Amino acid sequence: MIIGQIINGIVLDHITAGRGVDIYETLRLGELDCTVAMIFNADSVKMGKKDIIKIGTPIDIDLDVLGIIDPGITVNYIRNGEVAKRERISLPATIRGILKCKNPRCITTTEQGLTQEFRLCDEENKVYRCVYCETKADTSSLK
Amino acid sequence: MRSVIDIMDLSVGEIDSLIETAESIIKDPAAYSEKCRGKKLATLFYEPSTRTRLSFEAAMYELGGQVLGFSEASSSSVSKGESVADTVRVVGCYADIIAMRHPKEGAPLVASRYSSVPVINAGDGGHNHPTQTLADLLTIKREKGRFDGLTVGLCGDLKFGRTVHSLISAMSRYENVRFVMISPVELRIPDYVKINTLDKNKIPYIEVTDLESVIGELDVLYMTRVQKERFFNEADYIRLKDSYILTSEKLAGAKADLSVMHPLPRVNEISTDVDSDPRACYFKQVLYGKYMRMALILMLLGV
Repeated sequence: MIIGQIINGIVLDHITAGRGVDIYETLRLGELDCTVAMIFNADSVKMGKKDIIKIGTPIDIDLDVLGIIDPGITVNYIRNGEVAKRERISLPATIRGILKCKNPRCITTTEQGLTQEFRLCDEENKVYRCVYCETKADTSSLK
Repeated sequence: MRSVIDIMDLSVGEIDSLIETAESIIKDPAAYSEKCRGKKLATLFYEPSTRTRLSFEAAMYELGGQVLGFSEASSSSVSKGESVADTVRVVGCYADIIAMRHPKEGAPLVASRYSSVPVINAGDGGHNHPTQTLADLLTIKREKGRFDGLTVGLCGDLKFGRTVHSLISAMSRYENVRFVMISPVELRIPDYVKINTLDKNKIPYIEVTDLESVIGELDVLYMTRVQKERFFNEADYIRLKDSYILTSEKLAGAKADLSVMHPLPRVNEISTDVDSDPRACYFKQVLYGKYMRMALILMLLGV
């Protein structure tokens, strides 16, 4: 299978096999008018199988969101056909402005202009808690 | 500029220092009666809490300072829709320190992020109440003379009782502390407290449903109220409610130097015949709360 080389854009590599579609949907890649290539179950020495997404234009990617969905992804920034920068994603220590606290007694439900903020409390189980009320975050909307 | 929102904002060393100051105040209150002359405490109470507000006010008056504020949201600008952030920015122009009680969890943290003066959390919903924990710690220190090596019984509603969670966090930092959790199964301590505090710090604890079977092991018994509305059905409530009422008969099986504590207000979970027992510490606990609030105000004002 031959997928064309990207000149300027982004390659999301080392996606856990099967998570590619989640990432495609969460990052709303379907709304882009450039080439987006999805590769499922590519062979990987490290992972056995992996998914890859190639995006044919430079875009801003929310690395925090990516980190929550699938920590371990590598983001390759391609410029003039070369890898200009490579970032290994991990679980972000804090998440701001993405998730909403579900606790009706939390100050975030009434205070105007307050950014939602969650802190990583349990890395192993990917547990985030609201910094204001410590309610466990519901990250399922990002999966 | 420092605020205290959670008991864990204070290190063990700082708590020791607050206890030392509180004990010094108890010994010689006159030496502290002018310490806050010219300073003002704003008590921003968005929900009524007479005893905590009076404790803060008494603390500031006894330090020679003055007090301003409001005691319910309807008499403040919040009824016009003002945000917590704006309120504290305004109040910071009038006062040197703020004590805030708010029904919404996290409101004092928001306040501390916008305030130009120190903020003390005087209770945010069912979340944190650090000055209650300071009162509890001074009570334990005064009554037992130490924190290390104590067996602490926590009885009643351990699921929703914020004072219990804070006390567990604070006591978990001392050596050889053991907890005995006495509650209905439905009101057991939440898993996150077990995982994040007890298990993480390898603190030994047991969970039981019956007070009488364990009362003889305890050095401290911290009672809380079991509220009827917390039960899933009335039959369970009726079956269990008396198990968590402390009476003189149950105390007969306890150690002679047990300290019985309660964050108050009590309803019926400690029988009034226990009040005259020398082991009852809950009214002393109120007084110690005032001294710890005095010590905290002094620390945060740097005087």
